[in-house]
Amino acid sequence: MDGLAVESLGMTDIDLQGVGLRALNQRLHAIDAAAHERAFRVLNPQGAHAVAVGLDAPLKVVVEGQVGFYCGGMNKDAEITVHGHAGPGVAENMMSGVVRVLGNASQSAGATGHGGLLVIEGDASARCGISMKGIDIVVGGSVGHMSAFMAQRGNLVVCGDAGEALGDSVYEARLFVRGKVASLGADCIEKEMRPEHLETLTDLLERAGLDADPRSFRRYGSARRLYNFNVDHADSY
Amino acid sequence: MCGIVGLFTKTPDVESRLGDYLSSMLIEMTDRGPDSAGVAVYRNPAPAGGIKLSLFAAREDYPWRRLAAELDRDLGDKAEIEVRASHAIVVAHRDFEAVRAWLGQHHPELRIVSAGKVIEIFKEKGLPQDVVERFDLRAMSGSHALGHTRMATESAITTEHSHPFSTGLDLCLVHNGSLSNHNRVRALLRKRGIEFQTDNDSEVAAGYLTYRLREGATIEQALEAATKDLDGFYTFAVGTKDGFAVLRDPIACKHAVLAETDDWVAMATEYRSIATLPGAERASIWEPVPGQIYSWGTA
Repeated sequence: MDGLAVESLGMTDIDLQGVGLRALNQRLHAIDAAAHERAFRVLNPQGAHAVAVGLDAPLKVVVEGQVGFYCGGMNKDAEITVHGHAGPGVAENMMSGVVRVLGNASQSAGATGHGGLLVIEGDASARCGISMKGIDIVVGGSVGHMSAFMAQRGNLVVCGDAGEALGDSVYEARLFVRGKVASLGADCIEKEMRPEHLETLTDLLERAGLDADPRSFRRYGSARRLYNFNVDHADSY
Repeated sequence: MCGIVGLFTKTPDVESRLGDYLSSMLIEMTDRGPDSAGVAVYRNPAPAGGIKLSLFAAREDYPWRRLAAELDRDLGDKAEIEVRASHAIVVAHRDFEAVRAWLGQHHPELRIVSAGKVIEIFKEKGLPQDVVERFDLRAMSGSHALGHTRMATESAITTEHSHPFSTGLDLCLVHNGSLSNHNRVRALLRKRGIEFQTDNDSEVAAGYLTYRLREGATIEQALEAATKDLDGFYTFAVGTKDGFAVLRDPIACKHAVLAETDDWVAMATEYRSIATLPGAERASIWEPVPGQIYSWGTA
């Protein structure tokens, strides 16, 4: 067996150690919207970097094991699930689709993400959601220091605690934390949880499949003293 | 960019295959450090009253047998010598200072890479795979070991600039990252009697720990002080007689992964090194919290 094309339960198995990273990603990139085969299971990832990056079609990819750096990076439309832990930069610069990590994620999860949903069922470490630009990130556990640093747009939901300097220099991203916040970064303040925020939060928790009462969260965001916030542009955030 | 790996054994079976497992972990870190590689292996304790030294000679045809004969003649020491490529392990039955003084006087061409009861250090330029083969690392057994693959960013690629660096008897340091205040710290440490062989920043971290330990600090206290005095980014792994300790800089510029099973404890810069170990898929895996010291053994 060369590691390719073992059909099981409607999913095509690909042994990463057998085919290599480039062959895996090229195969996933070659699938267009009309293709019949659109569910894949990646076996033996062994901590490899850049697994399933740059996907741009509504595929379903399940990775069985731990992944290294940048898994699901630049994702567009695909639904990627990691049955294990993820290294630094998971779903970085994601455009749309869903990336779900059943274990923990390392640093800079969802960095610079433009859209889509990143769910980390365990903990995420430092700089989760750094410079996020519209992505929604839901973390079942806690996040490390400097999370949502310079976050511009989107929502970061943390069911556990947040480390030091949460939301430092944050722009218009919304931050929801259920547990303790070690400290808030520059220009980040607690804000009122209004009905529209509760609605957003309820929807995100539901889509993430996490059982947490939205009313037990607190909301944080920008005090808008550090950058030139212009109310005329508020709609563009 | 560099790669660090460490393995602490919990069973005799893993102990007997320490070199094999560590070699696989090390080779997996080749693209993080293709310039040079090195390991510290803790094994074969020297007999009571004895001392074990790892020596490096710049030429591979160094007359090690003659060195043994001279040690016997001058110090009356039936020293045992085991040669591995450019390095030799010398077990002498004297205290360290006596052997060091004799070597400094009679063989200044030799460099002491490590000294202690159990530590052995082997390091060289070249790909990790080549270094593993050159020193026949796969055949080594032992209680625990650290390894380093180097991609030099701030000083020359030589054997002397390679890691691990000795930081005292049975102690060593490997470093991933770079320090920004190493020149100032080196100058301060030199005034306090710490010797340096290179202009390498990591050697300053090693010298710093040597200094703190000499002043009576524990490994934990020395590392704690290092977070205040050393400026830069780093993951340090410190090998001790009984185990090893790991510390990441508080800002967490450098990543690291720890994993544990009933058979072993492992640390690595990236998980893919740990993935080479048997049972890795069932290991409990976590990221060390920045600025927090983790240790195994009685480190």
